[in-house]
Amino acid sequence: MTDTAPPIDAASAPTSGHSLGIRTRTYLYAALLIVAAVVLVPLVTTALGGFKTLGDLRGNAFGLPQTWMFSNYTDILVSQRYWLQMGNSLLIAGLTVFLVLTLAAMAAFVFAHVKFFGSQHLLNYFLIGLMFPAATAILPLFIRIRDLGLLDTYWGVVLPQAAFGLGMSILLFRNYFRGMPLELFDAAFVDGAGYFRFFWHITLPLSRPIIATVGIISFVGSWNSYILPLILLNSESKYPWPLGIMVYRGEFSTDWQLILAFITLTITPTIIVFFVAQKHIIAGLTAGAVK
Amino acid sequence: MSQIAPAPALSVPAATTRARARRSGMRGKWPVIILFLPPALLLFTLFVILPMGEAAWYSFFNWNGYGLPDQWVGWKNYELIFRQSAFRNALVNNGLIIVASICIQIPLALWLATMVTKHIKGALVFRLIFFLPYVLADVAAGMIWRFVYDGEFGLVANIAEFFGQEPPFWLADKNVAFYAVLGVIVWKYFGFHMMLFIAGLQAIDKSVLEAADIDGATGWQKFMKVTLPLLGSTVRLSVFFAVVGSLQLFDMIMPLTGGGPSNSTQTLVTFLYSFGVMRMQVGFGSAVGVVLFVICVTLAFSYKRIFMRND
Repeated sequence: MTDTAPPIDAASAPTSGHSLGIRTRTYLYAALLIVAAVVLVPLVTTALGGFKTLGDLRGNAFGLPQTWMFSNYTDILVSQRYWLQMGNSLLIAGLTVFLVLTLAAMAAFVFAHVKFFGSQHLLNYFLIGLMFPAATAILPLFIRIRDLGLLDTYWGVVLPQAAFGLGMSILLFRNYFRGMPLELFDAAFVDGAGYFRFFWHITLPLSRPIIATVGIISFVGSWNSYILPLILLNSESKYPWPLGIMVYRGEFSTDWQLILAFITLTITPTIIVFFVAQKHIIAGLTAGAVK
Repeated sequence: MSQIAPAPALSVPAATTRARARRSGMRGKWPVIILFLPPALLLFTLFVILPMGEAAWYSFFNWNGYGLPDQWVGWKNYELIFRQSAFRNALVNNGLIIVASICIQIPLALWLATMVTKHIKGALVFRLIFFLPYVLADVAAGMIWRFVYDGEFGLVANIAEFFGQEPPFWLADKNVAFYAVLGVIVWKYFGFHMMLFIAGLQAIDKSVLEAADIDGATGWQKFMKVTLPLLGSTVRLSVFFAVVGSLQLFDMIMPLTGGGPSNSTQTLVTFLYSFGVMRMQVGFGSAVGVVLFVICVTLAFSYKRIFMRND
C-alpha cells in the first residue's frame, strides 16, 4: 500500500527471457502481428476514410483514397467548433485537475501526518466514493446542480467531476506521504517548523511523482468523460469534444467521410500525447489500479 | 464514464503507533485540520454522498424534478423496475460482459502479456499498440466501431462484399448487436488488463522459474505450475476491474447502439439514462441508481472478502 516499492514500470524493456527458437519466434510474431492488426486497422481506416469521398468509402473502406480529399480535414480545422470543443475539454480538464490536486493533497496530508479523533473513519468516508460510479446518483446530482444555478456552466461539470475523483486521489496521496521517511518529519519538528511549512517546503517538493500520477488520472478521466457533461451542459458552445462527436454525427448522419475526419482530429491529441509521454501515462493509469 | 475504475483498496491499515506518537509531537495540529480538511469534505459530501442519499429518498416518489417531490409511491418504482424487460436485459447483459471478460479478455491479456515480456525485438512497440485503445475515449472508440460495423460504408460491409455476401447490419440486428458490442469492449480494454499482467509477471522472482528450468519443466508446465499460481492476485484484480467496468459501461454503448435495437444492448447505466434521465422520471431513475448502488457495494464487499482477503 505504501509507495516505497519501486513504481510499476510496465513500459520498460523486458528483462526475462532466453533466446527463442526460430519456429517459436515465428509463431510469436505472427500472433502479435494479428492482434496488432485488429487494434490498428479500425484506427488507420478511420483516419484514411476521412480523406475519401463517400462513394470511395462505400467500395473501398480499406484501401488508400482514390482522390485525397484534404478539404474534409481542413474544413474542420478552420471551423470554430473543433477548436471550441477542444478548448472546452482542456478548460474543464484543467480546472478538474487543479481542484483534485489541491484538495486531495491537503486532505491526504492531514490523514497522513495529523492524529486526531475519528481520522480513520473520516478517511473511510472518502473511500465510499470508490465503490460506485457517478451514474448512480446522476438525477439527484442534476437537480442539485440546477438548484445551485450551475446548470450549463463549466463549474457545474468540474465540481462533481472533481468530487468523484477525490476518493482515489486522497488514497494515493496519503499512501505516498506516509511512505516518506520519518526522519524528515523529525528534522522539521526539531527546526520548529509547523505543519504548513512542512507541507509546503518538504512534502510537496518531494511529491512530484505522485502529483504526476494523480494529475494524469484526473486529466484523462475528465478529457474522455461523457455522461456528466451530457447531463449537466445544454449549450453546444460549452460542449467538450466527446459530446461534440455525438452532435457532429447527428448532423452529418450519413456523411461518414466527414464524421471519420472529425473523429480522427479529436483523437489525434490523445494519440500524440500518449506516444510522447507513454511511460508516464501507462504508469499513471495502472498505478490507480495496483495500489 | 470515468475510465479510472476504483481500486479495491478500501481498507486502510492503521498507522504504527511509533509513527503516530512521534508525529503527534508537532505543535498546532488544529489549524491544519481546520484549513486542510473541510474543502475536500465539503465538495465530496455535496456532490457524492448527498446525491446518493437523495437518490434513496427520491426513489419513493413519482416526481418529474420540478417543485417538491410530494407524490409518495412507496416501493412502486422498484416494482416497476423489476417488471421491465429492458431492465432484465440490462442485468443479463452486465452479467454476460463480466463472463466474457473473464473467459475471453483476461486469458487473451495474460497470453499477450507473457509474449511481450519475452526477450524479442519490438516487444515495447507491441505493448504500446495494445494499450492504445485504452487511452482513447469510450465515445471515440464506440464511434469508430460504429463505422467498422456499418452495413453500407464500414469495414464489415466491405469484407462481406469482397466475399460476394449481402452486407450485414450487425448493430441493427437484435440477435447480433450485443455480441458486436462485446467485441468492442474486448478491443478497448484488453490492453489495460495486459498491462496489469505485465506488472504482475515482472514481480515474479526469476529464480523460481530458473529452478523449474533446472528441474526440466517445459514451458507449459512452468506456466501452469509456477507462473499462474504466482499471478493469483493479479488475476483477482483483473476480474475486479472487469466487474467494475461492466457496471459503469455507458459511454461506449451510446454511439454504438444507444441500448437498442429492442433494448438488446442495454446496460444498467444506459437503462438508467434512457428510462430515468431522458423521460425526466426522477423517482424511477433514482430507484435504478439505488439498485445499481446496492449491486456495486455488495459485489465490492463480497468479492474483497471472499477472493482478495490475502492480497
